[in-house]
Amino acid sequence: MTLADQHDTDTVHNARADARAQDGRTSEWMPYLPASSSPHRPDGVDPAALTWAETVAPGGYTHKVLARGSRIRFDDPTGDACAHVIVYNALEPVERLNVADTQKIPWQAYLGAGHPLLSGDGRVLATITADSSGRHDAFCGTSTEAWNSRKYGGCAPEGPVPAGRSLLLKAAAKHGLGPRDLPPSVSFFQGVRVGEDGTLHWRGSAGAGTAVELVAELPLLILVANVPHPLDPRADYVVGPLRVHAWRGAPTGPGDDRAGATPEVRRAYLNTLDYAEARGL
Amino acid sequence: MTPTTQTTQTTQTTQMVTSSVPVGATCSPDSTLDWSGPMLAGAIVLDDRVAPCASWSAVVRAGDVLTIVDVGGNQSADCLIYHAHDTRERYSVPDTLAWQGNAYVRTGTVLRSNLGGPLMTVVGNEIDRQDTIGGACSKESNTLRYGHHVMFHHGCRENFLSEGARRGLGVRDLVSNLNWFMNVPVEDDGALGIVDGMSAPGRRVAVRAETDVLVVVSNCPQMNNPCNDFNPTPLRMIVVSP
Repeated sequence: MTLADQHDTDTVHNARADARAQDGRTSEWMPYLPASSSPHRPDGVDPAALTWAETVAPGGYTHKVLARGSRIRFDDPTGDACAHVIVYNALEPVERLNVADTQKIPWQAYLGAGHPLLSGDGRVLATITADSSGRHDAFCGTSTEAWNSRKYGGCAPEGPVPAGRSLLLKAAAKHGLGPRDLPPSVSFFQGVRVGEDGTLHWRGSAGAGTAVELVAELPLLILVANVPHPLDPRADYVVGPLRVHAWRGAPTGPGDDRAGATPEVRRAYLNTLDYAEARGL
Repeated sequence: MTPTTQTTQTTQTTQMVTSSVPVGATCSPDSTLDWSGPMLAGAIVLDDRVAPCASWSAVVRAGDVLTIVDVGGNQSADCLIYHAHDTRERYSVPDTLAWQGNAYVRTGTVLRSNLGGPLMTVVGNEIDRQDTIGGACSKESNTLRYGHHVMFHHGCRENFLSEGARRGLGVRDLVSNLNWFMNVPVEDDGALGIVDGMSAPGRRVAVRAETDVLVVVSNCPQMNNPCNDFNPTPLRMIVVSP
């Protein structure tokens, strides 16, 4: 039976009825609206507080503008998700993730709970507040069309082997941003470690069922592409679905433990709070 | 900080001007300097001296080789590279690292763009390894690293913005960079940071342009970490056509 055989669309009336008959259907990967209706609501989260609930398809992408203080949770239900993420100050997107400062300022190359995602302007855009995976990467960025063409023999963004950069570019474009606005990204759920001689060693996934949580320290534009990590050694294009939830919360305040964890992050939060105060956020 | 006296060159005269500007870093007059020369033979296309703390940029034509001389030793040359004819294609740290499977830059490293394409290739290198994960210093990140008392210091991001503006580039064009002659190890536990350098006066690195590229350099003015031995010194930039 062909797709056309499943539809009766010979008149406008029938076409309308056919389209409307799809109401209420679900798929494995979709946004859930309202967010409170999410079938995968994280434990302990009040459904009424949810502002974003979505399952991102393998090879898919998503993006959202989130209020300051929002909690963001990524879940990797299969162990094969890889969330390539760029965050921006939604009010001034020229302020954006700076991976070098994110590694250098905390004196730590590997992302984990408590790690700030820093902008190039000396502020914390988001903080990793929880992490049950421990397999992340801030060295390799995401895949490009050139990379995927070499590795998979293709790269069309509409095809079976899309590059992460192509997807982030589309997500950025939907906020009026372009190629100049894509800095290096970080990725969650597939780990890389640096050997003594600099060799990048693949560690891959911690397995199915891990999660990462962040808090938005400023109004946040977040772009997410769910594609294989560039160093994934598998010849096939293997990536699992990515679950995303966000809910209302409070940003890191001056009295929070993590705001005073080290001298560097203490001043990073000071700068962030200073900006927020001055802008009346 | 005490006022500094600088020699100011005008079109007519050279005069000593006393300034109340609190200049952050100054090159020690006792510095050992070795101006060295190009690593590869060829016709000299360009031979510039970059003052301590200053910025520099030039278009390097495909096939030409840029030698950067670490004149005073352990002087970080923070470096960004753009495709000369479409600057939306620019140097990319993650692509460079992922394609070569290594976190450090050495002879043979292909410096790749955000599209994965080769912009330049390291064809000569006189120190153990070059850095591209340490990023650039800035007034803003200095406040995190050291405190707000150093906010007035000059930084590489400032140089990139000033030099970039001369080339039509702005803050959207700033991405993670190379740091020639800087030493940033990653230790077993992920500890990462700028430590004492492995270079010396006169050491060089040579990079060949694989396409026409715009190279932008900040001669790092940092005075709070060992990226320039706490003593900013000059750089020499020589482009030869082999």
